[in-house]
Amino acid sequence: MPVAAVFLPLVASFIAGFFGRWIGDRGAQLVTCAAMLIAAALGITLFVQVGLHGQSRVVDLLNWMDTGDLQVQWSLRFDALSATMVAVVTIVSAMVHVYSVGYMAHDHSIPRFMSYLSIFTFFMLMLVTADNFVQLFFGWEGVGLASYLLIGFWFDRPSANAAAIKAFVVNRVGDFGFALGIFAVYYLFGSLQFDTVFAAAPEVAKSSLNFLGHNYPALTVTCLLLFVGAMGKSAQLGLHTWLPDAMEGPTPVSALIHAATMVTAGVFMLARLSPLFEYSETALAVVVVVGGTTAMFAASVGMAQNDIKRVIAYSTCSQLGYMFFAAGVSAYGAAMFHLMTHAFFKALLFLGAGSVIHAMSGEQDMRKMGGIRYLIPYTYILMWIGSLALAGIWPFAGYYSKDTILEASYAAGTGVGLYAYWVGIVVAFLTAFYSWRLIFMTFHGKTRASHDVMHHAHESPPVMLWPLYVLAAGAIVAGFLGFNHFVGEEHEGFWREAIFVLPAHDTLGRIEELPMWVSKLPLVVALLGIFSAWVAYIWRPGIPTWVTSHFRPIYLFVLNKWYFDELYDAVFVRPAFAIGHGLWKKGDGAVIDGLGPDGLAETTRGLSVWASRLQTGYLYHYAFAMLIGVVALVSWYLLFQIG
Amino acid sequence: MIHFALSDFLPALPEMFLAAAALALLILGVCQGDRSAREIAWLSVLALVVTFALVAAPLHAHGPERQISFYGMFVTDGFGAFSKMLVLAGSALSLIVAMRYNEQEGIARPEYPVLVLLATVGMMAMVSANDLISLYVGLELQSLALYVLAAFQRDTLRSTEAGLKYFVLGALASGMLLYGASMVYGFAGTTAFDTLARDFADGGTASIGLVIGIVLIAVGLAFKVSAVPFHMWTPDVYEGAPTPVTAFFSVAPKIAAMSLFIRVMVGPFGGLLVEWRQVIWFIAVASMLLGAFAALNQTNIKRLMAYSSIGHVGYALIGLAAGSAIGVRGILVYLAIYLFMNIGTFTVILCMRRDGKLVENIDELAGLSRTQPGMALALAIFMFSMAGIPPLAGFFAKLYVFLAAIDAGLYGLAVIGVLASVVGAFYYLRIVKLMYFDEPKGAFDKPIGREMQAVLVLTALVILFFFAWPGLLVDGADAVASALFSG
Repeated sequence: MPVAAVFLPLVASFIAGFFGRWIGDRGAQLVTCAAMLIAAALGITLFVQVGLHGQSRVVDLLNWMDTGDLQVQWSLRFDALSATMVAVVTIVSAMVHVYSVGYMAHDHSIPRFMSYLSIFTFFMLMLVTADNFVQLFFGWEGVGLASYLLIGFWFDRPSANAAAIKAFVVNRVGDFGFALGIFAVYYLFGSLQFDTVFAAAPEVAKSSLNFLGHNYPALTVTCLLLFVGAMGKSAQLGLHTWLPDAMEGPTPVSALIHAATMVTAGVFMLARLSPLFEYSETALAVVVVVGGTTAMFAASVGMAQNDIKRVIAYSTCSQLGYMFFAAGVSAYGAAMFHLMTHAFFKALLFLGAGSVIHAMSGEQDMRKMGGIRYLIPYTYILMWIGSLALAGIWPFAGYYSKDTILEASYAAGTGVGLYAYWVGIVVAFLTAFYSWRLIFMTFHGKTRASHDVMHHAHESPPVMLWPLYVLAAGAIVAGFLGFNHFVGEEHEGFWREAIFVLPAHDTLGRIEELPMWVSKLPLVVALLGIFSAWVAYIWRPGIPTWVTSHFRPIYLFVLNKWYFDELYDAVFVRPAFAIGHGLWKKGDGAVIDGLGPDGLAETTRGLSVWASRLQTGYLYHYAFAMLIGVVALVSWYLLFQIG
Repeated sequence: MIHFALSDFLPALPEMFLAAAALALLILGVCQGDRSAREIAWLSVLALVVTFALVAAPLHAHGPERQISFYGMFVTDGFGAFSKMLVLAGSALSLIVAMRYNEQEGIARPEYPVLVLLATVGMMAMVSANDLISLYVGLELQSLALYVLAAFQRDTLRSTEAGLKYFVLGALASGMLLYGASMVYGFAGTTAFDTLARDFADGGTASIGLVIGIVLIAVGLAFKVSAVPFHMWTPDVYEGAPTPVTAFFSVAPKIAAMSLFIRVMVGPFGGLLVEWRQVIWFIAVASMLLGAFAALNQTNIKRLMAYSSIGHVGYALIGLAAGSAIGVRGILVYLAIYLFMNIGTFTVILCMRRDGKLVENIDELAGLSRTQPGMALALAIFMFSMAGIPPLAGFFAKLYVFLAAIDAGLYGLAVIGVLASVVGAFYYLRIVKLMYFDEPKGAFDKPIGREMQAVLVLTALVILFFFAWPGLLVDGADAVASALFSG
């Protein structure tokens, strides 16, 4: 059964991808959706068995590599951590599959799309059930590939291709760090098996690594390298630039890959590798700072975006920051909890946005929307639910998970913990603000869309709405249902060995002792954020214009995403292009081709002309050549004899 | 007083039968006139087949047994029998593919097959030579017939010119060979191979006069196999001679001369291997390189084949430079495969006829795959094989000589050989590209004739499926090559 949950998507993808032509659009949709729904059912069963009843297990599949000291198995590891991920991934993926049937109804290559979605799901499941670093990396690269394919799904759009390449290249930076981290793990531990590595972590934590004559703490270096991988995949500050551009992909893709599952792989990795990270204070501190700063950065940028999907994309980036600093303060349970609730409400928001875009005939700019709440009432309500959950309003899911994260970071009592807490509070305000900015701009006020668009605006078909209902249910109940097991009183019995926390780091255990205001403040600022948005966009619509004109530099800074893209363009992209161009024209063209293939060919041609010119056709030339040949041979022979 | 017994003549039975057959057919041809050309040609093929059987039968019955006759002048052994079989096969196949061409060109005369038969007798005598005198007699018998054949289309300028050039340069080469033979006799006191071999066996150092004599003999033989720098006649003669004659030239005399080359170098002068190896090394390298480079910008397919054959001789000579049983085995395998590739290719060239006129330009093959797919496929097989692409036979041909070179420690030779074959691959593959990717220039005249089709299919199948049963050829070559060295 666990094997079926993982491999059903692969089989479905194979069928839809290679036989899509024969089974047709309908067949491809049927096969992939059925496979995913079964997988989701199995995923839930697994979650109940493994998570709630504590039946962890490892399923060995095959021997993969067996050379010298290196032994790598294909096996599926099911513990509370992976069971949670399997459940989340399969449920969200199943919903997105069903939703895509409606959303992509008019596309030309439906089987390809469904196949990509399913193959992504397979890779994601391989990633989360990995039992060793290599298999983790396999899944890691696999989801990267699927992400690339899906971002560039509409390959006839240059912007989609550019975004796909950008996502791939930026992830390559992260994956390079990840690969180095894996090498370091193998170097230090002599194994890539999770159990072996984790068991040896306390010992290795004391050793150091010599690099270029300096000694570095071995485990910290390893953890930081691995964290670079996590940063790339989870779009943390510095390696985040690909995520907003990835919105070029179809909206269901954004919901599945760039909100609910793949981008959270970094968080999952931190939780999975908690036995390593726990022994490196430095690495944990870096994680907290990076997470907090990302949350702040993305929320501020999200305030100024006008593309509905980009707002949600930056929101995702920001929420990932929350998860990271939660992991950084050793509240891995809280990070996973937020990952789970976030998967529901963010997928809901994205698919809801997709529904809006669908209704508005493909328009994504919020400045050209407005006043459509009566035209698409269901979507309107669903967006409200998603936003309430995102902002962390009681009793929606986000309230439980986000509060726990903030409490845990306060409870950590360290400097970086407090930094994270206060940043988190500010971000909570900003989150609420931009979420309702989105709602108000999209649904309220007078419409700014053309008459034609408004005329065609319509509610989405049931096949798109039903997945939204399921996700909305999750966004409402996932918080209080999961609270006890993930972070509450039962969390130790739930996670067991899946997550390792040093006693000194047990922030979740200290939550209860915190002052009252620490836990109430997030809710207050969130409500404040909603109110401010109402003031600025409904009550006094002139305020945004006044702000942007009076604080123009700040506005531009935020609008242009802190100039990260421009910076990278100047520092990396253009020099890389210049180097590439130089190597191509001069290095390859002039030197290698010139001396190599072309030069050789030219020389050969020259020799050939010369050789045929020898053939004059005159008899006496020939005879002369023979005699010269005789003389030469005799001379050579004699010289050789003497020498 | 010399006493003859019938059994003394028995070893030379195949040669005598073929000579008698040639004379009989000549009389028949004279009596019947040109009308009988085809009949005589088929009878000649029959004679060659019978001779083949006469050569093969004792080999089959007694194995590679060495036998000396005619007072040490004539040797029959497995090596000789193997070479003779290749020569006979080459002659027979080239006679078969010649008939139709000669009729179309109006040169179908009974003399043609008879001359081929006489040349073949000469070649067989060469291969069995065991004395410098018998060597020369066989060589001249062969050469005189070949000179006439080259000028066979005597009313065209090119054929006449080819014959004349070949004759003059051949005479020069014969002169050198004779001069060398006389020097060897002068310094060694004998012309008998066995005696020479005994003298040099214990590595006795050769005097300068003897060295020059050996080099001159080698030069004479190198001319016959068209090795560089004694190859100059080849492109002109190949281009000028009628195409069936070129086809014949490119196989039978070459195989015979190469066998003779082997017999002379590893027989009487075998003890001096270290000394003459340098000469062969140079000739081999020069032939491979020139064969590869000069062929690149040829436009005439017959000239191209001339350079191709020069290159192939270079590869075969690698085996001789190795001077070992493996090397000789390599050469024999190479020659056998070369025979099939070349006859096959020339069969296609003989079919290059559009609206009754001959075309010899390589460009004329453009788009052949669409107009005559079968022929294009066959030619593609031959070209890939000549380029040495596995799994075709040409790859194994090269493999065995390179193996011998490595075995003998001649790494430089092997490396140069591989590099030259890369260059050579260019012009072979260009023909394939022309046939398969270029715009068709229109079909060649059809039908090409049943006997041509048969030869084409046979040769293509041999080249294509050699890899499946290499033992048939390689084991035989191995046995006779080992016998040559142990005997």
